[in-house]
Amino acid sequence: MVNAAYAIVALPLLGFAINLVWGRKLGEPVAGWVGTIAAAGSFVATLIVWVTELGKPATGRVNDLNIFSWFPVAGLHANFGILIDPLSMTMALFVTGVSTLIHLYSIGYMHRDPGFDRFFIYLNLFLFSMVVLVLGDNFLFSFLGWEGVGFCSYGLVGFWFQREVAAVAAKKAFVTNRVGDMGFLLAMFLMFAHFGSVNYSQVLGTLVHGHATGLLAGATGAISGTTATAITMLLFLGAVGKSAQLPLFIWLPDAMEGPTPISALIHAATMVTAGVYLMSRAAPLLHYAHATSWLIAIVGTASAFVAATVACAQDDIKKALAYSTISQLGYMFMAVGAGDYADGLFHMLTHAFFKALLFLGAGAVIHAMADNQDMKWMGALRPYLPITGATFAVGWLAISGIPPFAGFWSKDAVLSSVWQMNKGLWAVGVLTAGLTAYYMSRQFALVFMGRARWQDGRPAHAAVTAGQVGAHPAGHGGHEAGGPGLPAPSHSAVPHPADPSWTMYLPLIVLAVAAVLGGGINFPAWHLDFLSRFLKPLFPTATVISVSTGTKWALSILTTAIALTGLALGLSTWRTAEHPALEPSFLRRAWRIDEAVAAMVSGPLRMGANMLAFVMDSRVVDGVVNGTAGFMGLSGRALRRVQNGYVRSYALGIGTGLVIILAYLTFRIGG
Amino acid sequence: MSGLVRLLTPLAAFPGASVPHVLSPTGGSCTIDGVTGQITGLCTAKGSISLPINYAALVPIFVLFGGALLLLLLSATLPRKSYASPWPSLPGLWASLTSLAGVGTVVDGLVQWHDVGAASVVPITLGDQLFYDHMSAFFTIMFGAATVLGALMSDGYLVREGLDGPEPYVLMLSASTGAVLMAQAAGLITLFIGLEILSISLYAMTAYHRRRAASGEAGLKYFVLGSFASAIFIYGAALIYGATGSTQYLGIITFLISNAVVHNGVLLAGMGLVIVGLAFKVAAVPFHFWSPDVYQGAPTPFVGYMAAVAKAGGFAGLLRVLMLALPTQTSNWRPIIWGLAVASVVFGSVLALAQSDLKRLLAYSSVSQAGYVLIGLQPGTPGGVTAVCFYLFTYTFMVIGTFAIVGVLQGRGEARNDLSSVRGLAARSPWLAAGLLVLLLGQAGIPLTSGFLGKWVVIAAAIDKGQYALGLVGMLGAAIAAFFYLRVALLMFMPAEPTTATVEAEVPAMAYAGSDLQSVATAGLTGRDTVLVLRAPPTSRLRVPGPTAAVVALCVVFTIFAGVSTPLLSLSHAIALPWYF
Repeated sequence: MVNAAYAIVALPLLGFAINLVWGRKLGEPVAGWVGTIAAAGSFVATLIVWVTELGKPATGRVNDLNIFSWFPVAGLHANFGILIDPLSMTMALFVTGVSTLIHLYSIGYMHRDPGFDRFFIYLNLFLFSMVVLVLGDNFLFSFLGWEGVGFCSYGLVGFWFQREVAAVAAKKAFVTNRVGDMGFLLAMFLMFAHFGSVNYSQVLGTLVHGHATGLLAGATGAISGTTATAITMLLFLGAVGKSAQLPLFIWLPDAMEGPTPISALIHAATMVTAGVYLMSRAAPLLHYAHATSWLIAIVGTASAFVAATVACAQDDIKKALAYSTISQLGYMFMAVGAGDYADGLFHMLTHAFFKALLFLGAGAVIHAMADNQDMKWMGALRPYLPITGATFAVGWLAISGIPPFAGFWSKDAVLSSVWQMNKGLWAVGVLTAGLTAYYMSRQFALVFMGRARWQDGRPAHAAVTAGQVGAHPAGHGGHEAGGPGLPAPSHSAVPHPADPSWTMYLPLIVLAVAAVLGGGINFPAWHLDFLSRFLKPLFPTATVISVSTGTKWALSILTTAIALTGLALGLSTWRTAEHPALEPSFLRRAWRIDEAVAAMVSGPLRMGANMLAFVMDSRVVDGVVNGTAGFMGLSGRALRRVQNGYVRSYALGIGTGLVIILAYLTFRIGG
Repeated sequence: MSGLVRLLTPLAAFPGASVPHVLSPTGGSCTIDGVTGQITGLCTAKGSISLPINYAALVPIFVLFGGALLLLLLSATLPRKSYASPWPSLPGLWASLTSLAGVGTVVDGLVQWHDVGAASVVPITLGDQLFYDHMSAFFTIMFGAATVLGALMSDGYLVREGLDGPEPYVLMLSASTGAVLMAQAAGLITLFIGLEILSISLYAMTAYHRRRAASGEAGLKYFVLGSFASAIFIYGAALIYGATGSTQYLGIITFLISNAVVHNGVLLAGMGLVIVGLAFKVAAVPFHFWSPDVYQGAPTPFVGYMAAVAKAGGFAGLLRVLMLALPTQTSNWRPIIWGLAVASVVFGSVLALAQSDLKRLLAYSSVSQAGYVLIGLQPGTPGGVTAVCFYLFTYTFMVIGTFAIVGVLQGRGEARNDLSSVRGLAARSPWLAAGLLVLLLGQAGIPLTSGFLGKWVVIAAAIDKGQYALGLVGMLGAAIAAFFYLRVALLMFMPAEPTTATVEAEVPAMAYAGSDLQSVATAGLTGRDTVLVLRAPPTSRLRVPGPTAAVVALCVVFTIFAGVSTPLLSLSHAIALPWYF
């Protein structure tokens, strides 16, 4: 078991190393298979560990395996260790599982890309970092993974860095995340100041233990509400950045410039859920920070709603899904804020299935549409792409919350917890559920139903982002960088859509099955709530959901009814592609939040920055630095004269040193 | 002083040890007439029967020096031809045998480490001349490792330069013997013997490149200045003997404890001279003048070996003398070490900034590294001992790896030592560039390398003793050092094509061969720090001999290993545990 736990981390690293060294030589598709096998091995190792864990009593499922200690000095024990517990296992299972499927899919998707091996290097490094993030046994080690996934995200968003848009998007993602990382770092400093440690077992364990025995006041695990609030608020800032919540969500839609498998893996299924994981991990702290819980719930609700409205007005198939991801992450944060961590994670799991499915399906569509991402230009693709269409339909119904698909169960559980917390938030959540059904139906209708608009030739809209240019330099004509303001890609020929190769549709089918049956892992009746029971020992502080069965039924029926309404509206409206009234530019442009941030940044912030840069930095700091460097260089040159190559000079130097020392010692004599 | 008492106890429990030359009536069938002193029967000197010789302590010396003798014997009996390996990935005969001796030393060092952990082992042996403790075992491992690495990286170089033969390896083995002796020495005389064995071997190694005038010149300079330093050292030892009546560390400290010797001029002068003698060996400012010239002139792999071993040997001596023999004089020697440390860190770093020759740059950088070790020595605490030992061990690997790479880069005849020879290395040989990057980052003290931990423990030791200024100097020095290390690292990733007009380097008159020694020794021809010039970077294919590649890989792996994990640090802690005061 222990060895398998190490293998979870080691295998992706090994795959990364192999591809880093020999990737170019292995080439396509061997490099891809190496990466996929490494990911699959990691998944199998996770399964082994998980099954072993299941064999233990529910309270004994926490294992802390130290890999090595890094400078155990001055009280800071920076141990790099693996923490095996139900939460990390849940995360590791779906991360490695979904990741394996996406690795496999990428072999087909990245076919003929000149950066094939580079892609898999990043993918394996990403998986390694993500696994470190979720398996790390302390905040510092997890932070290492946190930064690692951030870096890989940067590398993969800008994978086709020859394109200006992609490079800019990558930078934007990176910079925006830095804001959140600052919160994470400050939280760690605070934690260390308060607990003298950043280990989960020491920071959180004492709290859980103290709570369980009711010894909190005065005990070592005691923490004041203020400190807990400060730490959790800062952690949440990190989570907001990584999980793309208001107002730091602006990087995620732009991140869709990356290859579609990346959007599926990093920007939908795994990395963006790191924030939810972090907050769930910090659950014992959140118990003492009600203000943070409220903030989390409110930010989550607001993000869910805002992003859902924006998703209703997007033309780019991937951008619509990106906003939908923000919205779904909002649901997860709602659950965390409501203290129902298990259901937050439940929704994270089901979301990983259906969102990965939708993105991969979108990738197949984009592939079939000659790398065009404009939904307004698609249509009636169902007969051409039978497998993609069917699986996409499953994802669509799952995310819309239609029973018995996975999304229904998890969203329902989240909403009933929120109902207990606050009816207002719940109402927004239900409204968002309706919007979700609406925009997903709109997407499905635009892509798979209606008229085959792509047979007309050129796309109708200028606002088309042409993806995958770098992927297929030959064959699809010269569509340069897309994006608003740039000329639409010109298509020399009408595409001939068809289902992709097996490496691409196999993951679709597997994910579709998961998206249908995923609800079963936490079925709310007949003692089938496996996930909740599995996670329960870890969240003794979780809010007990005491909504009566009758109310639950009522809530479920209401939510489902609203979802079905949204579904019907979406399907019936979007049989034709043009409804300008339903797509106000306010929504198209994401409530202009991006512009607002940009104005803020380029206005007062820029002035301040300019002042710092041109006055403070160039005069004062640079002056000091350059002055020091100049002085050093000057003194270096002056001193060099002493080193003239003559032995007698050297002997004189040594003699002088000796005389100085002896002179000093003379003063010490007798006194 | 409780540790010292502990150390002295086994000796006190051994009757007669303090009164040698007295014949023992109990030793055998012998009687002494009380009145006349007439001896009948067979008597033995009291000390000589019972003074236990722990041969385990001598094994490294046997292995290393025996290895040297074996090499000489073999070279005399085997037909006179090159025993270079026909396979480039394997070392030749001489290098193999030398590294075998080195491996034996490392293994024996490990055995010793295990052995001396036992409480029953007396930490001093061979008539009180040698220490047999954790520190000697630690340094034995270090010197053994340096011998292995030094021999392996010399192989390719010597073959390339057409210098292959048993002699340099014999010298290397005897140098290691001297270094081990320095670490084991329990008295100033033994220390001096070790110092001389080490130094003389190094002089010869420095001058070994027959066809490079710079090499001979450097050897001569090193020899002249080294003799100067040795004389200073032995004079200091004599003064200390004059003041305390002993040259043995334990004799000195026993005297100083039992007699209140405060501010005694003879003792202080002796201490100052001994410090200067050893500071010369470790190349601390202002006793560093030899090092840039020697580093530039000596065959590159020997420089790596020398930088590691000479420094570590000197510091082993300083540790023992200052902390074991003269702990009562801390108030007097700590300010001296303070001054040396600050001067070394500051001047070493600043002068390294202005260098355009790679080997000179590394020479100044090693001066600054010596300053860091002095920062660890200055507090005079067990924590400082840990820091010094850890720092030296990690530095051994970093500096040897670096010089192994430089030896490859410079090409036949050491044609290219200028900074621009590393330009475009990343494109020419990504692996070598990656290795050099790690080693440079390590020496600069970037986290996740052993260099970071080394600087950390050294500065922490100073801070623990309240030496904030010293700690600050260490940190600032690291900032300056980062600049010149990273400049080299950056150059590796610059395109190999010359971007500016290339100027031929101002070649120091290295071809000044065959002149009389007098003029070479007095009017040095190398050694002037030449102005920064740009030369076109080399573009030819790099041929890395297998053993050298192995050395680089080993050094890189160790630098990362010791930087991210703590076993070595724990070992270093163990050295300080039974520290004798």
